Amino acid sequence: MSLTSSRPRVARAASRPSSAGRLQAWLPRLVLAPSVAISLFFVYGFMLWTFILSLTNSRLLPSYEFVGFGQYARLMANERWWVASTNLMIFGGLFVLICLALGAFLAILLDQRIRQEGALRTIYLYPMALSFIVTGVVWKWLLNPGLGIQAMVRSWGFESFTFDWLVNPDMAVYTLVIAAVWQASGFVMALFLAGLRGIDDSIIKAAQLDGASLPRIYLRVVVPCLRPVVFSAVMILAHIAIKSFDLVVALTGGGPGYASDLPATFMYAHAFTRAQIGLGSASAMLMLGGVLAILIPYLYSELRGRKHG
Amino acid sequence: MTFFPSFKTSGRRSGKARRTSTCLASAVALAMGAGSASAGDVEVLHWWTSGGEARAANVLKELLEAEGHGWEDFAVAGGGGETAMTVLKSRAMSGNPPSAAQIKGPEIQEWGELGLLGDLDAVAEEGGWDDLLPETVAEVMRHDGHYVAVPANVHRVNWLWANPDVLEDAGVEMPTTLDELFSAAEAIREAGYVPLAHGGQAWQDATVFETVLLASAGSDFYQRALVDLDTEALGSEQMIEALETFKRLREIMDDGMSGRDWNIATSMVIEGEAGMQLMGDWAKGEFTAAGLTAGEDYLCAAAPGTADAFTFNIDSLAMFRVTDEAELEAQRTLARLVLEPTFQEAFNLAKGSIPARPDLDMSEFDSCAQQSMKDFQRTAEEGGLVPSMAHGMAVRADIQGAMFDVVTNFFNDRDMAASDAAQRMVNAAQAAL
Amino acid sequence: MDNVIRRRTPAARLWRVALYAVLVVAALFYLLPLVVMVITSVKPLDEISAGSLLSLPMNPTLAPWTKAWGEACTGMRCEGVGGYFINSIAIVVPAVLISTLIGALNGYALTKWRFKGSELLFALMLFGCFIPFQVVLLPMAQTLGWLGISSSRAGLILVHVVFGIAFTTLFFRNFYVAIPTELVSAAKLDGAGFFRIFWRILLPVSAPIIVVSVIWQFTQIWNDFLFGVAFSAHDTQPVTVALNNLVNTSTGVREYNVDMAAAMIAALPTLLVYVLAGKYFVRGLTAGSVKG
Repeated sequence: MSLTSSRPRVARAASRPSSAGRLQAWLPRLVLAPSVAISLFFVYGFMLWTFILSLTNSRLLPSYEFVGFGQYARLMANERWWVASTNLMIFGGLFVLICLALGAFLAILLDQRIRQEGALRTIYLYPMALSFIVTGVVWKWLLNPGLGIQAMVRSWGFESFTFDWLVNPDMAVYTLVIAAVWQASGFVMALFLAGLRGIDDSIIKAAQLDGASLPRIYLRVVVPCLRPVVFSAVMILAHIAIKSFDLVVALTGGGPGYASDLPATFMYAHAFTRAQIGLGSASAMLMLGGVLAILIPYLYSELRGRKHG
Repeated sequence: MTFFPSFKTSGRRSGKARRTSTCLASAVALAMGAGSASAGDVEVLHWWTSGGEARAANVLKELLEAEGHGWEDFAVAGGGGETAMTVLKSRAMSGNPPSAAQIKGPEIQEWGELGLLGDLDAVAEEGGWDDLLPETVAEVMRHDGHYVAVPANVHRVNWLWANPDVLEDAGVEMPTTLDELFSAAEAIREAGYVPLAHGGQAWQDATVFETVLLASAGSDFYQRALVDLDTEALGSEQMIEALETFKRLREIMDDGMSGRDWNIATSMVIEGEAGMQLMGDWAKGEFTAAGLTAGEDYLCAAAPGTADAFTFNIDSLAMFRVTDEAELEAQRTLARLVLEPTFQEAFNLAKGSIPARPDLDMSEFDSCAQQSMKDFQRTAEEGGLVPSMAHGMAVRADIQGAMFDVVTNFFNDRDMAASDAAQRMVNAAQAAL
Repeated sequence: MDNVIRRRTPAARLWRVALYAVLVVAALFYLLPLVVMVITSVKPLDEISAGSLLSLPMNPTLAPWTKAWGEACTGMRCEGVGGYFINSIAIVVPAVLISTLIGALNGYALTKWRFKGSELLFALMLFGCFIPFQVVLLPMAQTLGWLGISSSRAGLILVHVVFGIAFTTLFFRNFYVAIPTELVSAAKLDGAGFFRIFWRILLPVSAPIIVVSVIWQFTQIWNDFLFGVAFSAHDTQPVTVALNNLVNTSTGVREYNVDMAAAMIAALPTLLVYVLAGKYFVRGLTAGSVKG
């Protein structure tokens, strides 16, 4: 093929694979398109819709009579909203941290060549399979001072033992933490355990040869390797924390009073029970805003870090 | 022991057999072309799920089926109908509401304003509802002058229930004033029982609160404060006093009340763990289900200090607009049947309330219900008949919710002052205007 | 293994004892609610009100289980939770399969066919994990109405697929990221197409992550209550809704044993899946992310 004569042919020849190539190049996008469209419509479209509703005075069902940012002002003046937001910070923070710490702790212990490891792992993991619709009643019993742990310990002879967090407005939110940690920490443990097993033994051996102590090895060598596991765990835990709704409904019903309310239950109560869809939508938007503010920097740093790493 | 399941099964089988036979009957009627009306199905969304209620609703179902229509039972339990309301909104949003739903009080007006409810005037005219129903009741059922809902009953909220054995053991009588309530409670506690059974849920807190307010400040004040939302009344000394009395009740309840369902609290009275309970007359359904007799095995009386008042709570079925001719026919039949004596009597006997139509013979009812009917008619004439705030009969859901927040928070917060709570009520009322 | 002679100092032995003690105590903490449930579900009612939570049943009975399965009443229907299993299965199976398939294709396209902006699209989709479901109830109801599938199983399947693909995509993406790209590049040079590469190269090694996706979605959808109650009609309610109705319904004395038995029944499928496949679940979940 001489250069001069082949020019048009090259163009034609190139055009054929390029049309197939173009299809190939577009196929991934085509495959992704439905999911992206679904996200755009069902997640972002609904968020937009919720935002629009938050600017209206919708009550029983959506209406489109706009009142500006009035609902947000009402929300700011609503004491219960502040209780709910504070609770989410306490609950979310403690829940994620305790799950990570407990999960890592148990994983490290299980990693010490334990007999019956499989059975123990299953026991730690199973709560994740259950929903609080299922376990809510039992937790309510266990935490109820008259029926549960307090009564049990007292019947063993410790008459002054007190564990009444469920009925104590200042402590009720911590009962949510207990039950949620029970549900999810085993899962985090399993994630960490699998992560530990994935680490190359030779690194640890090398560190041991260098005379590093066991805690030091874990802290300096192992934990950094687990960063992606922590990422997965945080994503899943944050998802659970933000969506905790069944848990509150089943365990405390937001009570005593509204001391253990969370934004999810606040939003639900106002939008559905109290015919204040406008106010409920405003609370939903603030909730989403809060999630975004925390997650986006984290997602950004993790995804970027990983691409280069 | 082993006989139990087999008994149950046979019971069930006979139930099924009965259903088949009614199906057969309707099929025969259809085949013969005897029935002028075509058979339709009504889907009924309700939360009559606890023992007595479910049995009562079943009566309606059987009546409807006897007329050849089908009843599609859509029961959603939980949270005093909260879950059911969510489902209803979701169904309404999707343009597919059930044909009938348990909606009550001012909420009927809200659904009516959205133009979603069907018109029952034809049935009402035929049945002479205007004459049949007390005006107080009829008013709630109408939107814009048209009947859109049909009342199933009238509940009285201000009742006190008691276990006579416990009272006897403590050596006290049924209290008739708030002071007597507190002194009786003291005696009951000393005898080793929980004086007042209660469940720490917002609506139960509010139920007790409105009863205390009624007792300490009277029905006129109640009307001004909780129905008309008069801010002056809400912030007044009387309100503060009522709030303080309300909070004192906490001392005569037990620690485990948080989140307890009302019927669990009632069963504490039934079992003799607790002496008394302040609760609406649906509690009687639980006593009845336990096989107890009013006046002997359990006692009822108007809540202390409220003998001359009656807080009402009316259960009603609102009918959604439907286009299908057969469904419409079934819906109208349902509306007619709800007010018929057969259902009113059976339903209210099971549920503990009184019929929505005062012309019925009350001899089948127990002494509590007869008392209730008497008081209902008396207070309707002489005054003292007020809608229940805690049960969504007095104010719109958003204001009710704001009131609940104040009441339940005040009740559970050890440090909040009554004057502070009263001020918050004023704020809630103002925010709603 | 244990016959191998190990030289252990007393301190080390003490350390082992403490280790096991901690692990066993933790196991008790995790087991406590389940044990209470199981014990309660086989106790006759009078023993429940008499004894404490953990006392063993004197006369164990399976009557609560049979009652919960087929006889317990909610509203006026006395058919237990058994019948609602069919609804749940009819919703769960298609929803899990569809969302897993979509997630696999997405993960594949996002990792092996990167294009400008694909990471951004991934981040966009990922946010779907965090939208609280209460927020989407009403718009979803309206959408289902428009589509003409409100109150139907198809509607519920759609809802679960829509809000499940964010997670399935995350799983598959993290897994496929760790699979060497060289294989795919070589196949591309050989002229293999998009689906062919997926079918021949990616899918055969995807078993661990398929297990993860299926288990996760199965658990999530099976346990869902909010969508199940809001988007169902009287005849399409899933088993969690039936359970909630049962637990919140009571005649006179509350039958805790039946409640517990019903809860156990409703939870059995997911429990079984976790006990049998939990090992693969965890292995698969980290298979990608650790090395990535």
